[in-house]
Amino acid sequence: MSDPVASHPAPLQSPLLEIDDLGFAWPGQSELLDIPHFALEVGERVFLKGPSGSGKTTLLGLLGGVQKAGRGRVRLLGRDLGDLSAAARDRYRVDHSGYIFQQFNLLPFLAVRENVEMPCRFSSVRAQRARQRHGSVEQAATLLLERLGLDPDLHQRRADSLSIGQQQRVAAARALIGQPELVIADEPTSSLDADNREAFLALLFEECRDAGASLLFVSHDQSLAGLFDRSLDLHQLNRAQRPLQV
Amino acid sequence: MHLLRIALASLANRRFIALLTVVAIGLSVCLLLAVERIRSEARASFASTVSGTDLIVGARSGSLNLLLYSVFRIGNATNNIRWESYEALARHPQVKWSVPISLGDSHRGYRVMGTSEGYFEHYRYGRKQSLRLSEGRAFAADPFEVVLGAEVARALGYHLDQELVLAHGVARVSLVKHDDKPFRVVGILARTGTPVDRTLHISLAGMEALHIDWQSGMPARGAARIDAERVREMAACSEDQLCAQALQPKAITAVLLGLNSRVATFGLQREINQYRGEPLLAILPGVALQELWSLMGVAEKALLLVSLFVVLTGLVGMLTAILASLNERRREMAILRSVGARPWHLALLLLLEALLLTLAGILLGLTLLYLGIAIGQDPLQAEYGLYLPLRIPSSYELTLLGGILCAGLTMGLVPAWRAYRQSLADGLSIRL
Repeated sequence: MSDPVASHPAPLQSPLLEIDDLGFAWPGQSELLDIPHFALEVGERVFLKGPSGSGKTTLLGLLGGVQKAGRGRVRLLGRDLGDLSAAARDRYRVDHSGYIFQQFNLLPFLAVRENVEMPCRFSSVRAQRARQRHGSVEQAATLLLERLGLDPDLHQRRADSLSIGQQQRVAAARALIGQPELVIADEPTSSLDADNREAFLALLFEECRDAGASLLFVSHDQSLAGLFDRSLDLHQLNRAQRPLQV
Repeated sequence: MHLLRIALASLANRRFIALLTVVAIGLSVCLLLAVERIRSEARASFASTVSGTDLIVGARSGSLNLLLYSVFRIGNATNNIRWESYEALARHPQVKWSVPISLGDSHRGYRVMGTSEGYFEHYRYGRKQSLRLSEGRAFAADPFEVVLGAEVARALGYHLDQELVLAHGVARVSLVKHDDKPFRVVGILARTGTPVDRTLHISLAGMEALHIDWQSGMPARGAARIDAERVREMAACSEDQLCAQALQPKAITAVLLGLNSRVATFGLQREINQYRGEPLLAILPGVALQELWSLMGVAEKALLLVSLFVVLTGLVGMLTAILASLNERRREMAILRSVGARPWHLALLLLLEALLLTLAGILLGLTLLYLGIAIGQDPLQAEYGLYLPLRIPSSYELTLLGGILCAGLTMGLVPAWRAYRQSLADGLSIRL
């Protein structure tokens, strides 16, 4: 069955991701996010500094359409996520975005390759893209893992049998499979030492470039900001947080 | 398909708890099926034991008691019937055939039944099937000939021409043996699946011969003893000679009657019950069986209910195990959400897990059942006369299993709903 939402992305000249007058508050609490405007261009790599408690996770939830904004708009590929039903938002998220988490969040009981293939199992759009580019989903996973430096003999091993650095690369491959337009990385390098951190970022940039994906990289480690096209602080974006800074 | 793979992998990851859950369900399913199988086989076995017999006549007691000792070899008669009464019954114009039976002795735990040759001709079981000899012939003029039931021959490894000694009384261990009058196996009956298989059949003359020299309930000693050869000479006397009358039974235990017309059954039953010669009781086997079912029905239902509750306990155990794991698995759910699983996917995943656990429990239960039948088949038949065949599940058993599967799925709805709600609340990122 074709997906009307996924098959009609916005024209490429508009920003990939755009936030306008976004406001969000958890029930019974004061407003946590109040972002007048934010835009992420196609192919852009943006560093967003967001310390713990700054509303970073909530923002990622809003970008993924898991939570719905109280006011304002979140547009991904020109589509206002607020206009979509919860189920359509879920589909739209997985069709067009990939996530890398701080704790990698691999399913430990599945094989490495199965972890990577998972977004294609839930998104026909990404499965189709993977097949178009690499012949099959399995082939796409294998190639991505190899390009990220994981030996083929590791591909069938349980995910929890890998080292931290290896798990990080698996998480990146999972986010990139099926060429999502947006990759969101939530502090993915916090468990790595400086050398591995930069090596991982180099690989991630290369893969995002090859896949034509934009990267929104959220971290509290300011030292990485220089590696990105643009660097922002969530506190600067979020008016709701400003009084707390004083 | 990928959800099934994830469910299987997730269960394998929690294999100890999963295994315990499956074992609990498996044991309960096995218990339920075993109760059902024993119930249905016992009914089938009882119902098929006697057919084509219109009336069973014995000394006045209870109809169930008469049915049990005369047909199923369970329990004992409270009194005997005089031979003259039997002859009067046999001569009755409505009676087509009559088969006298005499019980009281045994051989290594199996009942010995004295009867006439007519037994092999008229006795019917199942769907009016006749008795059939698998080897040899029926007993004839020699009083010391025995025809074995199939199970007796198989269990004791007896063959034709083998000599065996009968014991007095029906206790498993008898202190008094008729070892001066050994019997020779002349025939072995084909298997019937009824108590006939566990019976040794001898002639009424043979039964009389065993006790011919008994005095005051004890075997005679010294010169008073009558050996087997002397008994054979008596049996060879012509019927009008006095010696032949020595082997004529004085009393028997019961009579099986076949009538000329079924319409006459109730009339003759009433007539026998009012017989002036001695207090007799005539029963219709089908009616007495119904009485037995109604008596056993309550116990059967209670047993089935207890088994169903045991299954329910197993399923509640599964529910507890899945629910208890849900909190630990919030990260797993969040990961699945982050890679595109919708809340209904997670609910379906939990339902699949419940389905897999229940299915595995059912398969284990069936395996245990068949294993139990394979191991217990012979002892059950030898000890209780209950033959449990290794057959595929009946439609009723399949219905029960379908019900258990549905109950398992229904149980799975609870964690599925919780996972659904939880995933909506948790979103993509859980830090535990």
